[in-house]
Amino acid sequence: MSTPAATSAAPASTSPGAPPRTETLHIEGMTCASCSNFVERALSRTPGVLRATVNLAAEKATVEYTPGQIDHAGLKAAVEQAGYQVFEPQAPAAPNVLAADEELAERKARTYLDLKRRFQVAVVLAVIIMPLSMLMLWPALMARISMPVLNYGLLLLTLPVLLYSGREFYVSAWNGLRHRTASMDTLIAVGTGAAFLYSLAATVAPGFFQRQGLAPDVYYDTTATIIALILLGKVLESRAKAKTSAAIKALIGLQAKTARVLRGGQEVDVPLEQVRHGDEVLVRPGEKVATDGLILEGRSALDESMLTGESLPVEKSVGDQVFGATINKTGSFRFRVSQVGTNTVLAQIVKLVEDAQGSRAPIQRLADKISAVFVPIVIMLAIATFVVWFALAPAGQRLPLALVNFVAVLIIACPCALGLATPTAIMVGTGLGARHGVLIRNAEALEKAYQVDTVLLDKTGTITKGEPAVTEFITAPGTAPAALLPLLAAVERRSEHPLAAAVVRYADLQQQQVRTAPVEATDFVAHEGRGAGATVAEQTVLIGNRRLLDEHNIMLGSELELAADGLLAQARTVLYAAVAGRAVALVGVADTVRDTSETAIRQLQSQGLEVVMMTGDNHQTAEKVAAQVGISRFYAEVLPADKAGKVQQLQAEGRTVAMVGDGINDAPALARADLGLAMGAGTDVAMEAAGITLMRSDLQGVATAIALSRQTVRTIRQNLFFAFIYNALGIPIAAGLLYPFTGWLLSPMLAAAAMALSSVSVLTNSLRLRGFSIEK
Amino acid sequence: MDASQIIVTLLGTGLIGFVGWFFFAAPHRVATAVADGGGVQQVAIQVQGGYSPDVIEVALGQPVQLHFYRNETAGCSEELLLPDFGIRRELPAFQTTTVELRPDKPGTYPFTCGMGMLRGSLLVR
Repeated sequence: MSTPAATSAAPASTSPGAPPRTETLHIEGMTCASCSNFVERALSRTPGVLRATVNLAAEKATVEYTPGQIDHAGLKAAVEQAGYQVFEPQAPAAPNVLAADEELAERKARTYLDLKRRFQVAVVLAVIIMPLSMLMLWPALMARISMPVLNYGLLLLTLPVLLYSGREFYVSAWNGLRHRTASMDTLIAVGTGAAFLYSLAATVAPGFFQRQGLAPDVYYDTTATIIALILLGKVLESRAKAKTSAAIKALIGLQAKTARVLRGGQEVDVPLEQVRHGDEVLVRPGEKVATDGLILEGRSALDESMLTGESLPVEKSVGDQVFGATINKTGSFRFRVSQVGTNTVLAQIVKLVEDAQGSRAPIQRLADKISAVFVPIVIMLAIATFVVWFALAPAGQRLPLALVNFVAVLIIACPCALGLATPTAIMVGTGLGARHGVLIRNAEALEKAYQVDTVLLDKTGTITKGEPAVTEFITAPGTAPAALLPLLAAVERRSEHPLAAAVVRYADLQQQQVRTAPVEATDFVAHEGRGAGATVAEQTVLIGNRRLLDEHNIMLGSELELAADGLLAQARTVLYAAVAGRAVALVGVADTVRDTSETAIRQLQSQGLEVVMMTGDNHQTAEKVAAQVGISRFYAEVLPADKAGKVQQLQAEGRTVAMVGDGINDAPALARADLGLAMGAGTDVAMEAAGITLMRSDLQGVATAIALSRQTVRTIRQNLFFAFIYNALGIPIAAGLLYPFTGWLLSPMLAAAAMALSSVSVLTNSLRLRGFSIEK
Repeated sequence: MDASQIIVTLLGTGLIGFVGWFFFAAPHRVATAVADGGGVQQVAIQVQGGYSPDVIEVALGQPVQLHFYRNETAGCSEELLLPDFGIRRELPAFQTTTVELRPDKPGTYPFTCGMGMLRGSLLVR
């Protein structure tokens, strides 16, 4: 729950003359409008307060004040002087959305217990009422009991069911009517209310019925049983509902409660809320990392499975990022806090999942439209049922038959099943995704994933590790490798391309051995998709792909040409280097394929998806990698700017395309695709453009994401189908449409059972998703 | 058809018409949000078998705080959905839950209970 008090918590020091500040106070003890006026006046007259408004219903005062003249404590004192209390929520110093709202949980638990008690009372009484109502089946017994006495007895037994167990239905229906809205409660209230009032009349004035030629039958058993069954449905529903959000609660529960912080050279255990940006935190083996930060000292293996779904521990050392809620396995380390509260990775995951759970699936639009008009239409149908039965049934039975069918129609209709069909499946699906390191942005992404038939993979960083390494360094005859390498490294140090990083790493390694001083590059130019150039030691140095050299009209020379062919044949990415307009060297670079890629691609293919690869690499390299992982269609030599174009090209073939990428380069392509999947905890940009973010950086996540989405959407469809069919069949049967042909009538009690089970069935079907596994 | 049948038929037809008018054709109360000193548009909404007010007019581009006070325990109003803003919130009974959003496009945005029975809308102008 968010409270405005948390958002407007004022810092302690504010200089005078600062702009006015608005704060919301929770006022306790106001019972009437005059109380709220009093508080409002008291606050308004307090020096420093510019304006105060008090909302009685919300029990809140919104106060605008000048920070230099009065502060939160002063406002509180003014309210207390007026005789009221200010409720201070335990506002954490750092905004912490993750603080598992225990109060809320407690309230829910209490509501559930209350519901259960009301259900138990209804069941016990219904169990007594039922056999008593069937006494007429034993004429011998009936002869000894007076009918009026029995009816009054039943009335007494039914009253608690109505007034205690079923009270909520009537109150809620009444409140709804005042707002001209009708809900399931309205149907239950009208249905059971009609049966009860009829019975009450038959009990109090049986003579009136007899004069009309009617048997004064009572329907107390119907009333009590319906309420008991519907409460049973509610009990089951509330249990199942709690499970649908269990995944996100588990995520929130992962958070550490305290952190061992270094304060003034001392180790102190402090509550998580008091951990500040820049604090140094110590973590010992087996402990939970409190929040996000960078390791300053030490090394360890961390279990990050709760965030990424990756089961193997990850090695981390100085300079590496650690994340809150992960578990330290082996070593001890010290880290500096870089993120707290809502900015941590865990908090962002929770936020993303919560947002997704709040999103509306396009598939649900029809159900939404129907449920908006559902209840009033059912009420109209029920009245029509009553009228038709009354008009057509034989004289002696027309009132009871009309009444029973009227009640049955009201009771069997279940808008809940329609309403629960989509959201519950989305809650379970997105929660489950988070546990597998698959973060689904919204319900629309889920639906798109269901429709996808083609998966386009950006090779680097998805199929391969994305960290290429130099495997060969071949110089032209007459060029000394040791003299050339520092020049190339100087250019590449300025570039952000992963291939450049590989050259730099390679050069650093070599230079450690020969100890040459690093040189500086000037006039750096990045040639997009081709390479880079700069002036180093007064010479123009170019390094990049073949096209870069061609554009600068530089010939390779036969030795290098031959060597290049050799490297390409080995599926190396080849960088061509030129100094002062002459080709001088080749750098062979290879990126290794992830171990999991081949299996994951096979899984995608077995889901009926065509997997297409695209890469900036040349044709040979692309072909080798594609063959290695079992991909038959690929695009090579794709410039970053063309990636979105390739997506479009596939879409033009009538395909629904999922694009998998990992970097900023991919953002346009991710956005262009029908479904974008950003990999490896992506950059923020990628996360923005992506419908699904994969916390784990391998293709297994893609297969999981698509399989899970498909399963979720399938569940939604089953649920919607069931809910539609249930209502479409149930209502006519309850109305007695089959009676002329088969003589079937639906007892309102059976209708209540069906209705209670229908929403539970939908929920259970959604919960079945929890058994999801990719192998299926 | 005897007299009682004719009466029931007429009454029933009339009642059907009334139900239709009552739920679908009756006018709604519209409330306009009031901006506080900080430019935040504040609206207090009572949740009890429905939302009152249920049609809320807010200005485009300014932050909005909707204070939902749920004055009942009835299960229907337990959840609040603002699908266009990706908001799903649980409304604890007898408490105020504040929902913050910033409307960036003019239009009508519905808010409903978890099952879409209770509804209201946000008119952004």
